[in-house]
Amino acid sequence: MPGLPVIDQSKCNCCGLCVNICTRGALKIEGNTVKAVPVEDPDWCTMCELVCPTGAITCPFEIIIDEDGN
Amino acid sequence: MLRYVSYFKGLSEADLAAVNNHVFEKKAARGEIIVFEGEPSDAIYYVNEGVVKAYKTSADGKEQILRIIRPGDTFNDVPFLGGVNLATAEAMSPVVLYGIKKKDLETMVHDYPQIAKNIIRVLSHRVEEMVNLIEDFSFRHVHGRVAKILLENAGNGGKPRLTQQEMAAMIGTAREMVGRSFKNLEAEGAIRLEHNRIIIANRAVLLKIAGLDE
Repeated sequence: MPGLPVIDQSKCNCCGLCVNICTRGALKIEGNTVKAVPVEDPDWCTMCELVCPTGAITCPFEIIIDEDGN
Repeated sequence: MLRYVSYFKGLSEADLAAVNNHVFEKKAARGEIIVFEGEPSDAIYYVNEGVVKAYKTSADGKEQILRIIRPGDTFNDVPFLGGVNLATAEAMSPVVLYGIKKKDLETMVHDYPQIAKNIIRVLSHRVEEMVNLIEDFSFRHVHGRVAKILLENAGNGGKPRLTQQEMAAMIGTAREMVGRSFKNLEAEGAIRLEHNRIIIANRAVLLKIAGLDE
């Protein structure tokens, strides 16, 4: 299962910018809360992280070594 | 609305009402291009709702984002007296914009000198942003330092996950530069980007780029 953006609810002001820019529909507003939801065709464009005005949403990368890559 | 636009701070209610006569509304859908780089620049825009990105595109199609414009900010204001648009502006979400034709803005500057002072402040800030970006491109060897960070933090589960913002903070550069480095490192075959994983595909190449090869 691919990861999802991480949302710090204490920083989120629920402005909805991230929801509106997400082309995959992976972010939704439920009540007064933004939630990341699994989608069939996920992307990791990190645009939600870029547009968030409060730094509440982050898209961390896991860095791994391909064992065949010497 | 206009009182929140940096150009019109300090104007009286009556002056704002007069200025408002020149404002037009423009809506755009996600992905719609609002202004094209190189075309005649005829208006500045204020973002009321949504997000806009301003970017340049290279001959081979690479995109370099210059600014992300959120509600409350203006764009396409550098060619203030006309000329051509310096960057393409595209809606990243449904957007509601307020625009002012540049010929109208020029008239306003004559009528309300406060606007001229505000414009100088806005343009100074734009220049500052661009100088910082030029500094990054020119003097900071971001490419190699991103490679070094990737090597230091590669761990097949044993290391913390990092955002582009965190990596940028670690090497003292802009987030955009980290994203650009990822693309370059991928083009050189050093890494592969797979969703939220950065896979070091060729450690030897990455070591060389990082300046750590023997």
